Amino acid sequence: MKIAVCVKQIPDPASPYQLDPATYNLVRPTEQVLDDTDRYGVEVGLQIAGETEGTVTLVSMGPSGNLNGIRQALAMGADGAILIDDEALKGSDSLTTAKILAAAMAPESFDIVIAGTESTDGYSGVVPQQIAELLGVPALTYAKKIDVEGSTVRINRQTATGYDTIEAPTPVLVSVTAGVVEPRYPTFKGIMDAKKKPVETKTAADLGITVTVNQRIALVVPAPSRSGGQVVIDDGTGHEKIIAMLEQAKVI
Amino acid sequence: MAWIFIEEVSGAPAVVGLEILSKTRTEGATTVLYFGKGSDAAFATLGEFGATDVFHLVPSDGSTGTAAAAAAISDLVAQHQPDAILFGQTYTDRDVAGRLSTRLDRTMISNGIDVSLDGSVGVTTEIFGGSQLVTTMFEGPGPHLVLIRPKSFPAESAGGGAPTVTTVPMPDAGHAGSARVTGSFVEKTEGPKLEEAAVIVAGGRGLGSVEGFELVERLAAPLKAATGATRAIVDAGWVPYSKQVGQTGKTVKPDVYIACGLSGAMQHLVGMKDSKMIIAINKDEEAPIFAVADLGIVGDVHQVLPKLIEALENR
Ligand SMILES: Cc1cc2nc3c(=O)[nH]c(=O)nc-3n(C[C@H](O)[C@H](O)[C@H](O)COP(=O)(O)OP(=O)(O)OC[C@H]3O[C@@H](n4cnc5c(N)ncnc54)[C@H](O)[C@@H]3O)c2cc1C
Ligand SMILES: Cc1cc2nc3c(=O)[nH]c(=O)nc-3n(C[C@H](O)[C@H](O)[C@H](O)COP(=O)(O)OP(=O)(O)OC[C@H]3O[C@@H](n4cnc5c(N)ncnc54)[C@H](O)[C@@H]3O)c2cc1C
Repeated sequence: MKIAVCVKQIPDPASPYQLDPATYNLVRPTEQVLDDTDRYGVEVGLQIAGETEGTVTLVSMGPSGNLNGIRQALAMGADGAILIDDEALKGSDSLTTAKILAAAMAPESFDIVIAGTESTDGYSGVVPQQIAELLGVPALTYAKKIDVEGSTVRINRQTATGYDTIEAPTPVLVSVTAGVVEPRYPTFKGIMDAKKKPVETKTAADLGITVTVNQRIALVVPAPSRSGGQVVIDDGTGHEKIIAMLEQAKVI
Repeated sequence: MAWIFIEEVSGAPAVVGLEILSKTRTEGATTVLYFGKGSDAAFATLGEFGATDVFHLVPSDGSTGTAAAAAAISDLVAQHQPDAILFGQTYTDRDVAGRLSTRLDRTMISNGIDVSLDGSVGVTTEIFGGSQLVTTMFEGPGPHLVLIRPKSFPAESAGGGAPTVTTVPMPDAGHAGSARVTGSFVEKTEGPKLEEAAVIVAGGRGLGSVEGFELVERLAAPLKAATGATRAIVDAGWVPYSKQVGQTGKTVKPDVYIACGLSGAMQHLVGMKDSKMIIAINKDEEAPIFAVADLGIVGDVHQVLPKLIEALENR
């Protein structure tokens, strides 16, 4: 199977996120990390490739920076990457993102395209479905378990109350939830090999896509914060304070 | 003119759809795109919450139907030209909305918590764990597509009568429409539902182990509370996903939320910070959950919870 995994480099979630006050775009530093959500997609891709003697190509849109995040995914074992890095794509919306990713993937005729269900930084949660429609393929979304048998892909699709089993023939898009598999850690050899793997860089113009923006952030204001509560160190009577609060709330 | 997309869940309109309809009907938006088998009871519920017109989209047997629904809606859009279409930020709604945005070549705004439909369409979203509010305006031609988070508005009956229902033909979506449903499994849950409970006791990794979660369940019993969880312990397999509270889980607004051994990560906070009262127990004084707590106890859950449970059981 020829597999593509959509992966995103994001600012390290451990450091506070900031908006550029002029454009309201998220500030993206040179040093970015692989979105944790996408480690699951990479692992699923590698497992299916392992079973089917396939290949895994990473596809990513965004500022390359020092490629740290992409190298993380290559070090896990992906074979190569296509990166779309273009100043004109700054602040693009989910649909533009999907158009770029789909245009980069279309010529390669992948059997399976894998994405996360939502990213950590933007979490619009619709890019995978937009890509599926652009590529004209079925979407098996919110997978918490995946099996491939011949050219049929089956998943357990997360629902609010449990899961559905759904299936579709390739070519197909699969979006995976965190927890679907245990992502592997890169080995030392993996990290060394990652440096030599091919990373192809393209621009929006190379893909024939012009960027349109149809939404404008009008206002960003601090949310009304909750009135400060009381924080006390437990001296063995913490439970009594909780009971007093529960009585105040009239739930006991 | 705005439309509201509502998925059928267990034979009834999804609650998030009724929440959105309760809001939009006050601005004259009462047309629903209803996706599911449908029944007189389901249509009556839509009418009760203010729907006057329903376009009924029925998935063909065994199909997930989402690709066909997007195709059918884009045909309806060409005929009627609505200004906006609102969806819930839920799984099936996202599947349909994403495909629809591609078909119509229209941008969409996700994670809305408020929407204004008079004149230009604007959406309010929360970012950075709800610490900042963003207002985004659509520009260019409609329909403008919006995904609204559950619990953004209260669902309130308007006492309306039955709506006019029009069944919409579902086009053949070809290969894109070839995903099929082969089975459906519902996890057994006991006690009050998370979304409806007046009290929620939620636990995180600080409970130490799956056995630690029993403390949460034992505390919930005398309070008739529902139990909730962070993604960390759902991923660890301690509790099923249906208990997850947060950005990728449920949004809850109970009277009291008791957070036990959970840090209060941004993605957890967005799902519970609008609870009326928040009580947190965490051994780390710096834990972000304390910033939203009305009462914070800096302490060990294994010390505080057993005493609390005993005191409540003895009342
Ligand atoms: C706080 C915030 C809010 C935003 N809100 C909106 C909004 O309401 N509407 C809107 O149109 N845009 C929004 N954006 C912009 C949006 O995040 C970007 O367009 C982004 O490039 C793609 O969307 P996502 O990360 O939200 O994707 P999601 O749909 O959440 O991502 C799901 C999966 O798609 C794949 N994927 C997504 N982006 C990429 C990429 N660049 N490269 C490779 N794979 C990718 C990954 O596999 C990812 O796991 C927002 C951005 C921020 C920072
Ligand atoms: C895209 C995305 C979506 C996400 N969606 C969600 C979501 O929907 N819901 C969600 O919850 N998370 C979500 N997360 C994960 C989130 O970022 C956090 O990782 C998670 O909420 C942390 O769970 P936790 O609080 O249980 O664990 P931790 O952050 O590890 O916190 C454990 C806490 O327990 C305390 N503690 C330890 N021992 C004790 C003790 N003995 N007594 C008292 N306190 C103790 C510690 O001080 C610590 O504060 C998401 C993440 C991403 C990237």
